[in-house]
Amino acid sequence: MVIELQKENLYQEAFQALQKSRGVESSWLDRLRENAMERFAELGFPSVKEEEWKYTNVAAIARTNFQPASPSAGATQLDAELKQLGSVPEARSSQLVFVDGILRNDLSSLGALSQQVVAIDLDQALADERYSEIVRAHLARQADYVVNGFTALNTAFINRGAFVYIPKGVLVAAPIHLMFIAQSENTANFPRVLIVAEENSSATIVENYVSVEEARYLTSPVVEVVLAEGARLEHYKVQRESVEAFHVATTAVGLGRNSSYDTTTITFGAKLSRHDIVVNMDHEGAECWVDGLYLVTGDQHADTHSVIDHRQPNCTSHQLYKGILDGKSRAVFNGKVFVRHNAQKTDAMQTNKNLLLSNEARVDTKPQLEILADDVKCAHGAAVGQIDEEELFYLETRGLHPDLGRNLLTYGFAEEVIAKIKLDSIRNELDEAVLHRLNAKLEV
Amino acid sequence: MSTAELLSQQEYKYGFVTDIESDVIPRGLTEDTIRLIVAKKNEPDWMLEFRLKAYRHWLTMTEPKHWPNISYPDINYQDVIYYSAPKRKASLASLDEVDPELLRTFEKLGIPLTEQKQLANVAVDAVFDSVSVATTYKEKLKKHGVIFCSFTEAIRDYPDLVKKYLGSVVPTNDNFFAALNSAVFSDGSFCFIPKGVRCPMELSTYFRINNSESGQFERTLIIAEEGSHVSYLEGCTAPKFDKNQLHAAVVELVALDDAQIKYSTVQNWYAGDEEGVGGIYNFVTKRGKCAGRNSKISWTQVETGSAITWKYPSCILQGDNSIGEFYSVALTNHAQQADTGTKMIHLGKNTRSTIISKGIAAGKSNNSYRGLVKVMPKAEGARNYTQCDSMLIGSNSGANTFPYIEVMNNSSSVEHEASTSKISEEQLFYLQQRGISQEDAVSLIINGFCKDVFLQLPMEFAVEAQRLLGLKLEGSVG
Repeated sequence: MVIELQKENLYQEAFQALQKSRGVESSWLDRLRENAMERFAELGFPSVKEEEWKYTNVAAIARTNFQPASPSAGATQLDAELKQLGSVPEARSSQLVFVDGILRNDLSSLGALSQQVVAIDLDQALADERYSEIVRAHLARQADYVVNGFTALNTAFINRGAFVYIPKGVLVAAPIHLMFIAQSENTANFPRVLIVAEENSSATIVENYVSVEEARYLTSPVVEVVLAEGARLEHYKVQRESVEAFHVATTAVGLGRNSSYDTTTITFGAKLSRHDIVVNMDHEGAECWVDGLYLVTGDQHADTHSVIDHRQPNCTSHQLYKGILDGKSRAVFNGKVFVRHNAQKTDAMQTNKNLLLSNEARVDTKPQLEILADDVKCAHGAAVGQIDEEELFYLETRGLHPDLGRNLLTYGFAEEVIAKIKLDSIRNELDEAVLHRLNAKLEV
Repeated sequence: MSTAELLSQQEYKYGFVTDIESDVIPRGLTEDTIRLIVAKKNEPDWMLEFRLKAYRHWLTMTEPKHWPNISYPDINYQDVIYYSAPKRKASLASLDEVDPELLRTFEKLGIPLTEQKQLANVAVDAVFDSVSVATTYKEKLKKHGVIFCSFTEAIRDYPDLVKKYLGSVVPTNDNFFAALNSAVFSDGSFCFIPKGVRCPMELSTYFRINNSESGQFERTLIIAEEGSHVSYLEGCTAPKFDKNQLHAAVVELVALDDAQIKYSTVQNWYAGDEEGVGGIYNFVTKRGKCAGRNSKISWTQVETGSAITWKYPSCILQGDNSIGEFYSVALTNHAQQADTGTKMIHLGKNTRSTIISKGIAAGKSNNSYRGLVKVMPKAEGARNYTQCDSMLIGSNSGANTFPYIEVMNNSSSVEHEASTSKISEEQLFYLQQRGISQEDAVSLIINGFCKDVFLQLPMEFAVEAQRLLGLKLEGSVG
């Protein structure tokens, strides 16, 4: 293991302080946190010797003295303008804003949400007897802290975070925006989000990570999503951390009968980012779309590990991940599709495509199928390539500057993922970002 | 009858044992065992050094049990007999001196070694347990300058060539089984095609394990000099025993400028019975190096036997414009396990590789494709196309794909496609409705599924492979 004792103690100290602040009375949550901390002490941070972390070295995280953000901290001055960071206009009155992991009610507003919809601090949900049992029934059930050191650490620090609850049959029109702003240098934040959508409900969630300045810090969120029968959820994750920061996230999803989960993850930021997304298809008839786009440059490193686990018959999964790499950046994609023994009539499709814009960029991709049922339709594909010289030449003959041509072709490559985003503001912003990548302006 | 029930009880027709007196050394492996093998084979000191170095390294290594998708009880390496040879006269001048019992064995296997009956245009090196018993057409090949002989003879007659190339592609410390093989390998085939020669006939080696407790550790080394061309075939069978036998071979290919090597395998080791008792553990390291410009190495394999297959024929594409190919059909039935695939390491400019893999899993078997395509920064303009398809027969089998793709420059393009399906009920129905029996229909569909690979095999082998697949699957589809 790559951890040095000193750092572990820093996390241990913060953990002890947190437990103390909770008082002597031991609840199920205290026990959960203790178990998770014990597990972290055993696991430590992963090393490249482990197959799952073969291409991503987190030694820099283990070496750095990140101070776990304590609940009493925060509350520093924050300009109202900062509210504009990564704002989603559609969600102006349906957003929770977190600064260094602490919910800031003064920056949040929930006016557009009906009374039935719950979007509150996790801490508050635990204290409220209407929700505490719901939290208890679902928290840490999807995200497994036994194998992943980061998930264990996050679970040990469960304190603040977001609890979103969509009751039975409620259709939420406004997107619910969860905005995480990193402000302080050298802190470690462990946001925890629990989203529970009851039967036949429908909602859109936007998870957004931004920073105030180009600081070095660690954000390690764990997001758990539980969909009951017939529930529908659109889930966008936009990661625009500082290019000096580390972002190690887990998203774990449990799908109910005939539920539908559609997620798109956009990765722009962070020096090193890692996203583990696990979709468990526990009931028949569920369908999911697990898509993503990573756009990295400089010395950025973006790693996606996905698991789509077909545990029951008649489920359908679609996956499309695309990557655009420039500079000396590096991307890793590992997509596992499991089809369990009785999961007949599974239809699973997985694609990973990468566009290398620079000769020093590097891609390691590993789409992986493990199939134990015979009456299934499964396919996967992976490709690594570059801009087609002939296509570029064609555009040049049409009078386009090569930079513009390259941007246009890159845009065409990314569009397959971007086009399906239903939130205009996010889609337009991405279009801009991709089109103007080479600082060349193009009117379309 | 159901599909799964049908596909089964075809007897393994190569399962007989030859009753022949053997020269067997005691079980176990120590430095003394290696010295004993060297003494028995009358090998020079540099071979002893090579083996001891490998053995000492092997002691420090651990068995790769963790990462492959296979499971088996621990192997006691001290309980294996590392050398077993049919007793014979000191040196064989001609085939007439080969023990008639051995000739009969090979005849029964369909590989006649006597001059009159020899397969037309295929030179065969027959390996029985630890030693090569006969090599046909040696003289005819010599006229063309082609050296084709047993490894023992090669060490004796062409030490400079062996010294130069042995271990140059698969180093002694490459992996656990390769190190073990380097320490104890007893025989195998050696083949050298000089500059500009197009080998006039197919070369082949037929491997036969006879002893129930010996392992087979053979070594094949093929060197194709500038502008030469060779096609090489390999076949394997073993008797039925309740115990598992270990087969840990190493194959090294070297292709210099403009040379081409085509290596085809039809592997039909005994696979164990329905419950998975007995069968061969086939832990093989095969690797080719396209050392020269414009060289080409092509692997074709039809894997139908063995209790466990652990095998990744690979290509190191070092020379500019060199080409690597891998065509594979892996069929598993009953309790067989296969973890097989390839590695294509692109080092030179404009190197190209193609991977076509077809996996068929029936019964309660497990079939995995594991592949690596690695494009190094200097391999500008490299290209790879990979297609791996799996077919599942019956709901108790498993099919997995683990493709690793690592690309380190932006002038290369790599494509990977994979699919998993089952035999289409509609296709079956259509064929049956045309009056074709269910079994023939299944065989037809599977042969169609594997066509891309069979097309790569030399003709005699292709016919054999199709028949073999039919036999293996007989009774399991419906």
